[in-house]
Amino acid sequence: MARERKRLLTGEIAKQAVWNSFTKLDPRAMIKNPVMFVVEVGTLITLLLSIWPNALGVSTAGRGYNVSVFLILLFTVLFANFAEALAEGRGKAQADTLRKTKSDTVARLLQKDGSLRDVPSTQLRKGDIVRVETGEIIPSDGEIIEGLASIDESAITGESAPVIKEAGGDFSSVTGGTRVVSDYILVKVTTDPGESFLDRMIALVEGASRQKTPNEIALTTLLAVLTLIFLFVILTLVPMADYLGISLDISTLIALLVCLIPTTIGGLLSAIGIAGMDRVTQFNVLAMSGKAVEAAGDIDTMILDKTGTITFGNRMAAQFLPVQGVDERTIAMAALQASVRDETPEGRSIVELAKEQGVTWEPSKYEGAEVVEFTAQTRMSGLNLRNGIEIRKGAVDSIRTYVESLGKHVPSDLEELGNQIAKQGGTPLAVAMEGHVYGVIYLKDTVKPGLKEKFAELRAMGIKTVMCTGDNPLTAATIAQEAGVDEFIAEAKPEDKIEAIKREQAQGKLVAMTGDGTNDAPALAQADVGLAMNSGTMAAKEAANMIDLDSDPTKLLSVIAIGKQLLITRGALTTFSIANDVAKYFAILPAMFIAAIPQLQVLNIMHLASPQSAILSALIFNAVIIPLLIPIAMKGVKYRAMTADKLLTRNLLLYGVGGMLVPFAGIKLIDMVISLLR
Amino acid sequence: MSRGWIQIAFTLLIVILFVKPMGRYLVKVFDSEKTGLDRVFGPVERLIYRVIGVREDQGMGWKGYLRAVLLSNFVMMLLMYAVLRLQKVLPLNPDGLDNMPPVLAFNTVTSFITNTNWQAYSGENGLSYLSQMLAITFPMFTSAATGFAVAVAFIRGLVGRRDDLGNFYVDLVRSITRVFLPLSFVAALFLVFQGVPQTLHGAVNATTIEGVTQTITRGPVASLESIKHLGTNGGGYFGTNAAHPFENPTALTNLVHILSMMLLPTALVYAFGLLIRNKKQGWAIFAAMGFLFVVFLTTVYVAETNGTPALSALGVHGNMEGKEVRFGLSESALFTAVTTAATTGSVNNMHDSLTPIGGMVPMMEMMLNNVFGGKGVGLLNGLLYVVLSVFICGLMVGRTPEFLGKKIEGKEIKLASIAVLTHPVIILVPTALALLRPESLSSILNGGFHGLSEVLYAYTSGAANNGSAFGGLTANTNWYNLSIGLVMLAGRYISIIAMLAIAGSLSTKRVVPTTVGTLRTDTPLFSLILVVIILIVGALTFFPALALGPIAEHLGM
Repeated sequence: MARERKRLLTGEIAKQAVWNSFTKLDPRAMIKNPVMFVVEVGTLITLLLSIWPNALGVSTAGRGYNVSVFLILLFTVLFANFAEALAEGRGKAQADTLRKTKSDTVARLLQKDGSLRDVPSTQLRKGDIVRVETGEIIPSDGEIIEGLASIDESAITGESAPVIKEAGGDFSSVTGGTRVVSDYILVKVTTDPGESFLDRMIALVEGASRQKTPNEIALTTLLAVLTLIFLFVILTLVPMADYLGISLDISTLIALLVCLIPTTIGGLLSAIGIAGMDRVTQFNVLAMSGKAVEAAGDIDTMILDKTGTITFGNRMAAQFLPVQGVDERTIAMAALQASVRDETPEGRSIVELAKEQGVTWEPSKYEGAEVVEFTAQTRMSGLNLRNGIEIRKGAVDSIRTYVESLGKHVPSDLEELGNQIAKQGGTPLAVAMEGHVYGVIYLKDTVKPGLKEKFAELRAMGIKTVMCTGDNPLTAATIAQEAGVDEFIAEAKPEDKIEAIKREQAQGKLVAMTGDGTNDAPALAQADVGLAMNSGTMAAKEAANMIDLDSDPTKLLSVIAIGKQLLITRGALTTFSIANDVAKYFAILPAMFIAAIPQLQVLNIMHLASPQSAILSALIFNAVIIPLLIPIAMKGVKYRAMTADKLLTRNLLLYGVGGMLVPFAGIKLIDMVISLLR
Repeated sequence: MSRGWIQIAFTLLIVILFVKPMGRYLVKVFDSEKTGLDRVFGPVERLIYRVIGVREDQGMGWKGYLRAVLLSNFVMMLLMYAVLRLQKVLPLNPDGLDNMPPVLAFNTVTSFITNTNWQAYSGENGLSYLSQMLAITFPMFTSAATGFAVAVAFIRGLVGRRDDLGNFYVDLVRSITRVFLPLSFVAALFLVFQGVPQTLHGAVNATTIEGVTQTITRGPVASLESIKHLGTNGGGYFGTNAAHPFENPTALTNLVHILSMMLLPTALVYAFGLLIRNKKQGWAIFAAMGFLFVVFLTTVYVAETNGTPALSALGVHGNMEGKEVRFGLSESALFTAVTTAATTGSVNNMHDSLTPIGGMVPMMEMMLNNVFGGKGVGLLNGLLYVVLSVFICGLMVGRTPEFLGKKIEGKEIKLASIAVLTHPVIILVPTALALLRPESLSSILNGGFHGLSEVLYAYTSGAANNGSAFGGLTANTNWYNLSIGLVMLAGRYISIIAMLAIAGSLSTKRVVPTTVGTLRTDTPLFSLILVVIILIVGALTFFPALALGPIAEHLGM
């Protein structure tokens, strides 16, 4: 499904959007968008004039002219509706896919007497306990109270690899609609019907509960006022012209009005907002409100956990440490053999490290070998070779138990080696072959590649990064420097995170953070943007205003970029729309008055062929610019991290100066085409 | 023409030299810093506070401040109205002038309380000396001081941490006692020295060389003249305003008038920078306003120097119609640009007689209403456009727009929109209505494009609280007196209410620290953006009306 989401446009969505462009003509819906509502009223008036040209006073313009104006206006409204429908369509398609997951599951409700009874999932209430077995869909959100299972969450996250969930701890929450692929669990339901995570997700992607964001409201107000001003400008123009003995055609006046009011941004505004939310969803992040996405653009400080966010989380092999009597090459060889079929990041890093040390392996030797997968119970993985040799690696105590169970001797310094690594903040992984322990692999925190550059970008954008870690100050400082964060908090307790957030907020800053554990919940709630991991607890997810379905904390960086991009797109298209007015004035004003005041021909600097073609050209330009800009509205303007000054200069040149010049060229071009067609 | 340019450059240089010291002084006045002057003014001020029952240190929230502004202005209006309607029986009426008719009195009162000084009456034969002093000169001080106070209150809201905009009565009193009174006293003395009359005696009857008896009106002219320009009021003692030899007898008085008009509006922009502790921000706005001013000044001067083709055909270069020979083209053009930029409204030449493009300049300056602008409100209008520019550009850098660390959100935009909408509506709608009424059409002197300009100018002047008259239009009719009166009230108070509400809303917002990700508003780029936004939002609105008025007239020359 993740892949499906990324597709920009399907034929089905486009077809639906075309249909919706017409249904959206309903004035009750249009009035929410004051700019386009005015255009719609203008369309109706010109329709009237197309049928009865003299309905509102004697008209000198022909019926054909009125019909042309009517058609162009109609298309202007339709184009705007199409943009909105298209943006909504993608969300609706996603919602439909999600809804399929939801439909009709049967839950096995645990009765007081311990027996099970089948009930439809829609009847489950908070506090009910259900049993879910292999192959079954979890009927509702809840917490595992008994058992351990691997769960396929692809319906929600799009990620096909199952995740392991178990009772107790930070990985006990399950989401309705996901599927148990092994073992069974008892789940305590935590939501009532209609309020589940899936329900909320459907509502969000569908845009049913979409509310205008604060910036969108402010912008809509500004656009409405500009519209109102131009309405007055046009209305008062009539008596002024009248006084000079000039009668103006109503369709021409409507044309001028529509050209001057900011229809471009007015027509695309809601599409920009919907598409912005949609882009967040495409990143597999679920934003609880558009407000949160907007706030992401305003973030001044990011508080990031070291483990999992900045580093891979104790997972990369750094060193092979042999037990006494074993040489380094042997342990490296054993570690390599234990990991050749291990596709986890740890496994690959071990293979990588062994290769670096010049240890190689013969693929043929492992043909037909049986792969022993890591499980939560055994906490070991490895290979059973065809010749019966067992190779294992795993947690130190698991390996010890394993070796002891084979009746073999455990080297006395194994424990010591493991502790040493743990003290340095690393994770030890013992390696055994044929029942002999060879040594320990030192898995160390490694800063994720590319993060340093990302943090530098953030700094350029004026965003401060703070790293939070339980490590001692020395280790913390090393990692902080390696990653290039601005500040770090060592030996941090969950309260320290809240303190740090409050401290930043007191300075007027907006703070973003990520978290997954229950004790992160208060901090997630305190932060202006809190991104919870889907793998985390229900408490964390409820406190956050965004949830990352892939459980990748670095997503926060992308979310901030999307938030900024959303605002920039609105600003850029507003600027473009307003700047357009200059050219439109020069097209329409001389055309309107040329008959009565021939000297105004001087203002016809584009040398448009005739008054009527000038007005129609401006109007056509005004209409077609909307669909032409739909890709920008949907994808957002190009955004690269840079300082505000540079961003402003760039966007002003593109959308301000461009917005002033483009219509001159566009209107002239359309005018030439019109004159050719005549 | 080059001599004219030198003259203009010289005048503007003096204006600029005064900006910093005057700005610094204004900060002292409004920041209530302790100065040596406290010993002089302190006792007087404390006496006033005691009489009106004001506690000096008691701050007002935006609503309280606004209430004080409106209430005090309303009480003053009632007083002024009473004086005009009863002047016949009141003292200081040596020429025995009759009471003013009600509608004209309404127009006059609104005109002077709003700092407009639109004069539908004729000063020299319509007002007693008491009326000149209480209904004209008195509000010249208070209306200018009110504008100053509101601007300072807005700035306090902009940088404040809580809803405390200061005390209106203290601001009002201090700006009168420490700014307007001393300055106008000095200016008046200079004017008297240059020959401007200052007397309470009645008119003089003189016998001319031809043996005809002529009545020469006089009165307390110098005292009115000085505050008229310092307070950017503009209402002349005589009907012909600063073209009258008793108001503006010499080149030096002309210079002093121009300096007086520009002194405080320009200094206030600099003071703004000081008050918000960001001088560059003050200069950035100053630069935008200054740029627009120079463009307008150049336009009117070039237009007047070029004259008209018809005049050129007769061998006359430059348009001297309606101008005083003692001022010439350059001083007249400069006066025109200054009086409408600073929305003073006094004239030393007849704007009706300017070339069409020359006449469009004062109109456009008033339509923008923020090229330095009137006392206090000019800066407010400028800041209104700053807020709009910040909003549009702020989005383009990917953050919720903020100005001086305060977020500009829906509420501020809503309020700013009211102010932005008001100005064009109260100009265009009454103009259109006047043109629809045959009765009001008869007031128009010239027909065609110029006639349209006459009506448009009148309402623009009223809306911008400028008060200058284009001339030509017979404005003393019930329709114009009433409609322009209402326009003046709306033009003044709606934007004051909206801006104070914005100040109240901003004052309680937390301040966002500046980073490299913040839109910088104190750069030359921002000045340029401000100019463009002012021109596109402010001027393009009026483009159709101007195209039918001055532009069409110019193209038809």
